[in-house]
Amino acid sequence: MSRRQLILLAVLLLAACALPFLVSNYRTFQFTLALVYSIALLGLNMLTGYNGQISLGHGAFYAIGAYTAAILMDQFGMPYWATLPIAAVVCLVAGFLFGLPALRLEGLYLALATFALGVSLPALLKYHHLEKWTGGVQGIVINKPDPPFGLPLDPDQWLYFFTLAIAVLMFVLAWNMLRGRMGRAMVAIRDQHIAAEAMGINTAMVKSLTFGVSAMYTGIAGALGAIAIQYVAPDSFNIFLSIVFLVGIVVGGLASISGAIYGALFIQFVPNIADEISRAAPWAIFGIFLLGFVYLMPMGVAGAVRMALARLKRKAQNSPTRST
Amino acid sequence: MEAFLHQVLAGLATGGIYASLALALVMIYQATHLVNFAQGEMAMFATYFAWSLINAGMPYWPAFLLTVVFAFVLGVVIERVIIRPVENAPVLAVVVVFIALLVILNSVTGWIFSYTIKTFPSPFPAEPIFGQYITSHQGGAIGVTLVVLLLLYLFFRYTPLGLALRAAAQNPDSARLVGIRVGWMLALGWGLAAAIGGVAGMMVAPIVFLDPNMMGGVLLYAFAAALVGGIDNPAGAVFGGFLVGVLENVLGAFVIGNELKLAVALVLIIGVLVVRPSGFFGKVLVTRV
Amino acid sequence: MAAFLEIAKLHASYGPTRVLHGIDFSMDEGTITTLLGANGAGKTTTLRALCGMVKMQGQVSFAGGRLDGKATEDIVRKGIAHVPDGRGTFVNLTTEENLRLGAYTRKDRDAVESDLERVFGYFPRLKERRAQQAGTLSGGEQQMLAVSRALMLRPRLMLLDEPSFGLAPLIVAELFEILRTVNEKENVSMLVVEQNAAMALELADHAYLIETGRVVLSGTAGEIKSNDAVRRSYLGY
Repeated sequence: MSRRQLILLAVLLLAACALPFLVSNYRTFQFTLALVYSIALLGLNMLTGYNGQISLGHGAFYAIGAYTAAILMDQFGMPYWATLPIAAVVCLVAGFLFGLPALRLEGLYLALATFALGVSLPALLKYHHLEKWTGGVQGIVINKPDPPFGLPLDPDQWLYFFTLAIAVLMFVLAWNMLRGRMGRAMVAIRDQHIAAEAMGINTAMVKSLTFGVSAMYTGIAGALGAIAIQYVAPDSFNIFLSIVFLVGIVVGGLASISGAIYGALFIQFVPNIADEISRAAPWAIFGIFLLGFVYLMPMGVAGAVRMALARLKRKAQNSPTRST
Repeated sequence: MEAFLHQVLAGLATGGIYASLALALVMIYQATHLVNFAQGEMAMFATYFAWSLINAGMPYWPAFLLTVVFAFVLGVVIERVIIRPVENAPVLAVVVVFIALLVILNSVTGWIFSYTIKTFPSPFPAEPIFGQYITSHQGGAIGVTLVVLLLLYLFFRYTPLGLALRAAAQNPDSARLVGIRVGWMLALGWGLAAAIGGVAGMMVAPIVFLDPNMMGGVLLYAFAAALVGGIDNPAGAVFGGFLVGVLENVLGAFVIGNELKLAVALVLIIGVLVVRPSGFFGKVLVTRV
Repeated sequence: MAAFLEIAKLHASYGPTRVLHGIDFSMDEGTITTLLGANGAGKTTTLRALCGMVKMQGQVSFAGGRLDGKATEDIVRKGIAHVPDGRGTFVNLTTEENLRLGAYTRKDRDAVESDLERVFGYFPRLKERRAQQAGTLSGGEQQMLAVSRALMLRPRLMLLDEPSFGLAPLIVAELFEILRTVNEKENVSMLVVEQNAAMALELADHAYLIETGRVVLSGTAGEIKSNDAVRRSYLGY
């Protein structure tokens, strides 16, 4: 990564740290959720953008992470930060296991299977035999964590920094993985499945692992989300959650890490604005943006940014008054 | 025993609705190799159209027919305007477009008609006229389904247009060589599929009540039915629909409880896709490397 | 007077790959012309370009009108029937359904019925198998079906792409005999692409030799047959 990019990132990080002190607690909470979504979108993007496996059911892994955290905190009194690794492992395993039969499904069929998962999940969560854990239709309420070591922060601000730290960690790990052999294998499988196999890549293992890691990311996001919102209930994890994630990666930009951030900002803040118009407006806007991006900007915002930067760079290089 | 019979018959009634929607899915799949994720919302939108006609005072059957025409036109327009540009695009783009369609139809309906649940009338009397094991609406729904299926069969089998549609779906290149306008055949197929969906929507609405999200579960059962029967086999879709309907009701009532009924669809879908993707009657596809 | 069919400066590509580099030839009405050449020479591409099935530049004139740039479905309606390589059978439809589809664009119902009988006259085996699923027909029968389907259009021009492919020589002889008859009795012009040069030159009146997307030799069938280079390269003696 170039020096300029590192400086830019540092500036961004500084701005992100300053944010909670500059805006209201509610705004900070919204940005916390945006961070949560960015981790979830990173997970989905790994699977769909980089590895080409279409998932219309990632809300399920988000839900599993959320419920894991909620149950551990509510029923076992576990501290909030300890639930994250457990939620991660649970979702990693769940994703890997789901990825195994999914190996045999391509494109449309995988989309169909994951769509079915996404649609039927709330019903599964409401199943009365599981009620004593899941809280049934009412769900589970959990407490907002307090800042540790008596730091002079509001709980909302603390939660923001906590989430920010986790997000930075997850992004760095993802960036590392996607740049390495695993990432190249993932993309090779997406673009030329059979050639990848012929080259000696264990496509089955890579695909299942990708599913697992992708689910893990989304599950961690779910856990963080549950902690932030302090509440989990079956109907918040319906098919539309999975579709929101899809909107996020399409708008943000497929196969792009920065796309996860653009997308998260989009799906977090657009409904807030659109809700003013009408209850139906956010989804109508999502739908229109989906179409718009597919037809006009298939590379998403990240792609557009990349192209704009490339054009600026070219202009600077071609400018006659360039200083050496 | 009586309870079992009751569940089976109720299952056949809803099964007919699943069969119709599954048939719509298969028709589009046969022609385009695409799964229309928005089929349910298209049906729902048509049903709301019917509701507004009836609400404005139109008697049921004229409203029914007008809605079928409306749904047909809607299907044609959607194919020509929204689907055609992405016909040959990568799978993800197509899936996204279908999801966008789903979302737009859902939200536009909610915006125009609000999200409050409405009742939708049944053209069949309240008293049971088909015996004591089945409500009139259930019996009527089976009847309407069978009539629609019969009309479709006759159309495809015995009319030149139906033959052209079949040809265009099976072999678009050869179809062009005999002068068939394949693009318009696709639009026609979409129109027919949408019309069938509209009928399904109007048959299911009295049971589940009218609300923008009413077709979600139905669509899932229809997917299961289409896969079980073989995603490229129309007769299989019909068989699958009735089978899924009966299974759902019988398992729900006697084995797993009503809450997990939707899980039946999920298990069927994943099961079929993993174990036998071509379903009972579909063709096993061999992909050339 | 413009020829019945005239191709000028025809270029065609599959994606970025240019396959035809300026084909010129013409045909008179009522004649049989054959395009010869090795595999990959561009013969099939020429036929497909004629039908608007590949990206092309150049001029295609037919019976006084231009065909280039038109959609396949419209070219068919001008009276051009294409029997594609691989036959293009509708395998899941019956033999009779396949034949009736050939007449899809026609409005004269009674004439279609009599044409059906006429086609069964040329190929009695098709009549035996009229209700059978076309995919279950043998290779030779499917080729007959493909030719018949084209005849059902009552075309003025028939394009045949490697009609002898995969068929026993006896069947090919039978088929070509019928093509000759159709040409003479019904004045159907034919453009036949063939790898089997010997049999094609027996059938045709004129021939063009195509190599790597260009016409390299042209003349009457007799001239081409006696051309030494052709004899050595394509006729094997």
